[in-house]
Amino acid sequence: MKSKLKSAYQAIGLPRLIISAFFLIVLIMAGVYNIGIPALLGDVLRRWGMYGVLVLAMVPAIQCGIGPNFGISLGIVCGLFSSLIAIELNIAALPCFASTPVLGQWCSMLFAMVLGALIAWFVGVAYGLLLNRVKGSEMTVSTYVGLSIIAFMNILWVTLPFKSGDIKWPIGGEGARNTISLENSFGELLNKTGGFYLIGSEESGGLFIPTGLLVFFFLMCLLIYLFMRSKTGKAMTAAGANPNFARASGINVDKMRILGTAVSTSLGAVGIITYAQAFGFLQMYNAPLMMGFHCVAAILIGGASISKARISHVIIGTFLFQGLLVIALPVANKVLVGTDLSDIMRMIISNGIIIYALTKAKGGTASNEE
Amino acid sequence: MGEAPYVLKMDGISKEYFGNRVLDNVSLSVKPGEIHALMGENGAGKSTLMNILFGMPVIHNTGGFTGTIEIDGEPVKIDSPQKAMELGIGMVHQEFMLIPGFTVTENIKVGREITQPTVASHIFGKSLEKLDTKAMAKDARKALDTIGLNIEEYVLVKGLPVGYMQFIEIAREIDKKGVRLLIFDEPTAVLTESEAARLLDTMRVIASKGIAIIFITHRLDEVIEVTDSITVLRDGQFIAKAQTKDTSAVKIAEMMIGRKVEKLFDDDKPDTRTLSDDDVILSLRNLKVDMPGEKVRDVSLNVRRGEVFGIGGLAGQGKLGIPNGIMGLCPAEGEVIFDGKPLDLKKLGEALRLGIAFVSEDRRGVGLLLDDSIEQNIVFSAMQVNGKFLKNYGIAKLYDGKAGRAHANEMIRELDIRCTGPTQAAGSLSGGNQQKVCIARALTLSPKLLIVSEPTRGIDIGAKKLVIELLAKLNREQGMTVIMVSSELTELRSLCDRIAIVSEGVVHRIMRPDDSDAAFGLAMSGAKMEGGAEQ
Repeated sequence: MKSKLKSAYQAIGLPRLIISAFFLIVLIMAGVYNIGIPALLGDVLRRWGMYGVLVLAMVPAIQCGIGPNFGISLGIVCGLFSSLIAIELNIAALPCFASTPVLGQWCSMLFAMVLGALIAWFVGVAYGLLLNRVKGSEMTVSTYVGLSIIAFMNILWVTLPFKSGDIKWPIGGEGARNTISLENSFGELLNKTGGFYLIGSEESGGLFIPTGLLVFFFLMCLLIYLFMRSKTGKAMTAAGANPNFARASGINVDKMRILGTAVSTSLGAVGIITYAQAFGFLQMYNAPLMMGFHCVAAILIGGASISKARISHVIIGTFLFQGLLVIALPVANKVLVGTDLSDIMRMIISNGIIIYALTKAKGGTASNEE
Repeated sequence: MGEAPYVLKMDGISKEYFGNRVLDNVSLSVKPGEIHALMGENGAGKSTLMNILFGMPVIHNTGGFTGTIEIDGEPVKIDSPQKAMELGIGMVHQEFMLIPGFTVTENIKVGREITQPTVASHIFGKSLEKLDTKAMAKDARKALDTIGLNIEEYVLVKGLPVGYMQFIEIAREIDKKGVRLLIFDEPTAVLTESEAARLLDTMRVIASKGIAIIFITHRLDEVIEVTDSITVLRDGQFIAKAQTKDTSAVKIAEMMIGRKVEKLFDDDKPDTRTLSDDDVILSLRNLKVDMPGEKVRDVSLNVRRGEVFGIGGLAGQGKLGIPNGIMGLCPAEGEVIFDGKPLDLKKLGEALRLGIAFVSEDRRGVGLLLDDSIEQNIVFSAMQVNGKFLKNYGIAKLYDGKAGRAHANEMIRELDIRCTGPTQAAGSLSGGNQQKVCIARALTLSPKLLIVSEPTRGIDIGAKKLVIELLAKLNREQGMTVIMVSSELTELRSLCDRIAIVSEGVVHRIMRPDDSDAAFGLAMSGAKMEGGAEQ
């Protein structure tokens, strides 16, 4: 019995145990403070699917050996850019979709996703070439790449000659707005597809199940899972786990790292579109600045190390991390009225988890080598 | 001194590393002004003995040692390198321990600077005293003159030829006050012939001043030339102490190799193989491999189909470079013809595709995915190279878990890999079982030629025997051609049909397994001896 408990404890791990306990505590407190739990849970599910694909983007990066991809912002800006194109072209409202507006919305979103993933692929290849030149300090470099691309894109967002009224500042002016509504394109498209209220209704703040969103998230997980089981996926994993071993089996390690980086960046583009549609808005400029950190924190909470990640880590990690934030926010506001505690807590949790994971790993190799 | 003619006397020294006895009741004694050679193969225990003498922390962190050390007849306890230095023991390292950005003088005097008091030092202590550069330069000059090195003492060490660095190390050691014993750890390994000759002269000069020298080297001719007496170790055992003039290179070589009677496997079955000099499976022509520490300069040899070909030699001589070059893991040049087809050495994985499988000497570093399952480790290469264990699902080919599992189970049974099952992580297996996993992966490739590098390194004697038997079985029963690269002559001689001894990056000689111990010993140490059994 004791050894069973111990092995269960080892399987779960200390950080997950703490976070799970914390999650339960704030959930109970939410009940005590009479905050509508069904609505909160609905929000948890929504955020789960919303962030899921972005966190999933960490898997190929970690597995191919570049470590957690702090530079996921590269993929994010590609996704934002392609979404702007989709809005600019007004695909959702093309005359051929006049009779079936939902089809137009789908086309608009898929167009954005495919275009975004495609651009991100090329960006990812270039980014992978860069990372191959800085082996050993990928995390530092990717962090700065992630931060600088946001600043660089800020210039572009202002100067790109968009014409669409949804994008441009309302009263004259050049460039994109801070937040761009997706109401006329693909806002909440996935969430509403097959979505229903499990408990209560919209008015009473019930538990909404965003079926389409979750299905899409799990579908992406399945795709990546299958990719990881393919010959290429296995080669990539080996290249990340032990480059010398991979070389001895005739695998071009650098190429595998580039591939992993490209897949990760493309997933980042798809991920931000999933995120934006669930949110209903595109958030431009500095909004995605810290997203990379949140994604890294989420997958690490899920049990990944900086050299090994599985799909299950994505699913568990995103749920715990986002769930905790969703529930902790109203609870913290009730407990400490007038403070901005939830945001501070988010920072402490996400950065604390990253530090924890980094102390557990040395030089890009797994720490559990005994 | 009368009573104690020895400057150093080590008696009954034994040392265990984690239950593994590396030194067993070894003695060593050196007279003042004597050059004493310490001889032995790799792993004979020379380094451990010197670490003990020098009080290295690695000894004390692993449980210390037993036995006594006497310096000038006084029993001493050496528990740190500082203590060793105080007692007048100096060491000239194999790798230079010099600071490139410092001048020659600074390097010689580092840590032992001559200082003058200043105002600040009166208040804050000795660490703020001023350097007396003149006195230091004078001392350095004197030390350099002693060994006859004509360089300016104020030049930077950076940019000096490698040969000079060795001499600066020596100058630093003899500059130390009261030094009475110097250890030279393979000082000639990195030197050119003329530099080596000068070094030997220098050693004689130092010895003539009454400083005893312990000289560790593999080069027999140097030993004969310069030393007064020798001690031979083998497998951690004290073998013999002799006066150099009473012995010969052949005798020393014999003592180093020893008559190891135990054969690693019983070849009782009749040999049904037919080997022909015309049926060559692998042919190397002027192979050069740039492998760090194992450089191959120019190797040409033929391996016949169906034979077990051994490649032996001391560490660092280049034997490991040969397989790594063939597999494309290290930059290589030259012509390699495998099974009638030329092999492109620049193309990674080309050798694998042509049907050469390789079991690396670096089991944990190259040979295994330590965190992954035995199954993954076994099927990986065959999946990547031959496309085995993939199932076509229409849109994509995915890993066929069922076939992989079945194959892993079969290998586990066939090679008798002791594990909890195919899902156990390879890193948690014992060394011998890890090696079997590596061999299983190589066999999964169904190779025409199997190259195993150091197959028994770091595994216990029982597992060793199993691995050798396995290789014998593959060769005898399945007719697989095997190239075995190993530093252990015993295993090469118990299995191979021919053994190439590599020395200084070239094939020194190709021997038969039943050649005499002395012949092997001489070949290994690269001695340029009379013709003899050259094939």
